[in-house]
Amino acid sequence: MNGHSAMSMLRFSTAGSVDDGKSTLIGRLLFDAKGIFEDQLAHVEEASRRRGFDRTELALLTDGLRAEREQGITIDVAYRYFATPKRKFIIADTPGHVQYTRNMVTGASTADVALVLVDARNGVVEQSRRHATLSTMLGIPELVVCVNKMDLVGWSRERFDEIVAEFSALAKKIGARGVRYVPISALHGDNVVQKSDKSPWYDGPALLEWLETVDVASRAATGPARFAVQWVIRPQSDSFHDYRAYAGQIASGTFAVGDEITVLPAGITTTITHIDLHTTAIERASAPLSVAIRLKHDVDISRGDLFVPTASPTQVGNELRARLCWMAQKTLTPRSTWALKHTTRWAKAIVTGLESKLDVATLDAVHEPPSFTLNDLGTITLKTSVPLAFDSYADNRTTGSFILVDEATNATVAAGMIEP
Amino acid sequence: MTVKSYDRWDHLDALEAEAIFIFREVAAEREKPVLLFSGGKDSIVLLRLAEKAFRPARFPFPVMHVDTGHNFDEVVAFRDARMRELNERLIVASVQKSIDDGRVSEDTGPRASRNRLQTTTLLDAIQEHGFDACFGGARRDEERARAKERIFSFRDDFGQWDPKNQRPELWSLYNGRVKKGEHLRVFPISNWTEMDVYQYIKREGLEIPSIYFAHEREVFARDGMIYAVTPFITRASDEKPFRETVRFRTVGDATCTGAVRSTARTIDEIIDEVSASRVTERGATRADDRFSEAAMEDRKREGYF
Repeated sequence: MNGHSAMSMLRFSTAGSVDDGKSTLIGRLLFDAKGIFEDQLAHVEEASRRRGFDRTELALLTDGLRAEREQGITIDVAYRYFATPKRKFIIADTPGHVQYTRNMVTGASTADVALVLVDARNGVVEQSRRHATLSTMLGIPELVVCVNKMDLVGWSRERFDEIVAEFSALAKKIGARGVRYVPISALHGDNVVQKSDKSPWYDGPALLEWLETVDVASRAATGPARFAVQWVIRPQSDSFHDYRAYAGQIASGTFAVGDEITVLPAGITTTITHIDLHTTAIERASAPLSVAIRLKHDVDISRGDLFVPTASPTQVGNELRARLCWMAQKTLTPRSTWALKHTTRWAKAIVTGLESKLDVATLDAVHEPPSFTLNDLGTITLKTSVPLAFDSYADNRTTGSFILVDEATNATVAAGMIEP
Repeated sequence: MTVKSYDRWDHLDALEAEAIFIFREVAAEREKPVLLFSGGKDSIVLLRLAEKAFRPARFPFPVMHVDTGHNFDEVVAFRDARMRELNERLIVASVQKSIDDGRVSEDTGPRASRNRLQTTTLLDAIQEHGFDACFGGARRDEERARAKERIFSFRDDFGQWDPKNQRPELWSLYNGRVKKGEHLRVFPISNWTEMDVYQYIKREGLEIPSIYFAHEREVFARDGMIYAVTPFITRASDEKPFRETVRFRTVGDATCTGAVRSTARTIDEIIDEVSASRVTERGATRADDRFSEAAMEDRKREGYF
């Protein structure tokens, strides 16, 4: 790795069972990109020996908790890092078991790319189905199906095509677009870092080659500009007597000095006079920068307010329809109330209706269920105590998402994605 | 002031923006945060990120150093100079005081370290000051248990971490809610690697304590690591001191922080050295992680940093 050059950054999630070769794939990427170190490897080798395995179990590298090593399963997301001269990568290695769905969603929610592993011998099983469904629901822009263990099916093009057909049917049903398929052998490294001569019939790039070049960063930077106020900077010192700036992170698009903006939900219109980042004055700033914005007029603005270009505002309202991933033991029922966090604003929310929930096995919708229980996915309607300025999740992952929190325990109980 | 347009960003810009966002969320959602500062490179980066989040105003929280009393002199001098420069409030929580007050008892012998005692001092200080959120410079690439931890990491009334029952953490919608007596540990640079930290130090022109750069000092060897000769470590009779050109990759308590042989005297040379290194910084230099397969997880459960 060249430590001096400017690199971009890509976050991807992986899921699948250990049997699909997920850990082997991560191990392979880390090895070849030097994201694993000798002391970590020595540690895994030692731990594998102690457990009586006859090979080095790379799952021990990411299964960092005592309970995970004892039970041989992944419970929570592990984050791993590696870099090539072109890119820094953040891997969210997520659990595949249904009871840890909340942890899978945690890892997948910030991913730009989802890698779904499929064992070439077994085809699309429950865990890959669940991961693909959640990844699509979470709006991860790119889905890559790694058909692994191709060496065990003799690099059969027919078998690969069968799996592509099987997965394509699933993708169509869940509404996943632009799915890619890569035939690999994680164990032997074929098509992982470099293209393999074992699959002359495959004309796409090796997995890492594609990860290094896929363009996801520019997506957040395009589209209408959005900026939620987090914090108001008022120094109250003599040298900065009248200084007042609105601090936050640009969620999407670009803001420039001189732009006319509207502050939602109030609807006040004003002009940007300065964009500050510490001692740097910025003329134009794009997502994902965190900046402080100063305005021409002295208006009443506080945390939770949203800056948008006057010409392209969001919707404003207190009634939402959303897809929901329910993550608590407690059940979700109509008329229940929760704390809701949307961008930087907290509100109260009441569930006005449970429209449907998804049967992950058949991908069929169950209409008007009486309740949602742990790990249910579905569509609900709710009403908030204050108006929110929001986009649909399909248009904007930041202004289109929310969480629900149990006010009694402060536990985060649901991930919500606003429907158009 | 410099004037810039940001139409393109690199990985350091993205990591910086995420960290600044985290600082501001905590300031907005918690009553009494505190920034934990060790004098090490990671907490030096935290101070710069806090400046970026809140300047030209002052930090909306104090800075706290949990002082084991077994520090490298260079680090304490650095801490005091940096705090003067920033004009922010420093609280020093002293492990020596915890020992004097009978809150903890000190181990003796050549392997004695105050590293673990810091947990009591830290938790006592959190309670005394009523802190409800502590910023720490931990990174997920450092260690396996840390790789599993949330950015907003919940601690119960006893300061304990429950790794099997972490709150889901979705998008950048951090849940900063706690009840009285509970608190959060918040890690703004969770997603940074050792390399990112040095690259950022270079980009920002940050000063770091001199012991990070190669220098000649009196050392001795123990368990395949090199330790500085200090009054805080008792050497066994066969642990003969010798002079060596070394630098430190981490800066912790002098009793459990090893040095590495190095000739890197500038930040660029450090970056080259880290690029070529085949061993993690904690693996190379931290005795405190070597107790068991789950040493860090166990300490974290008890309330360690």
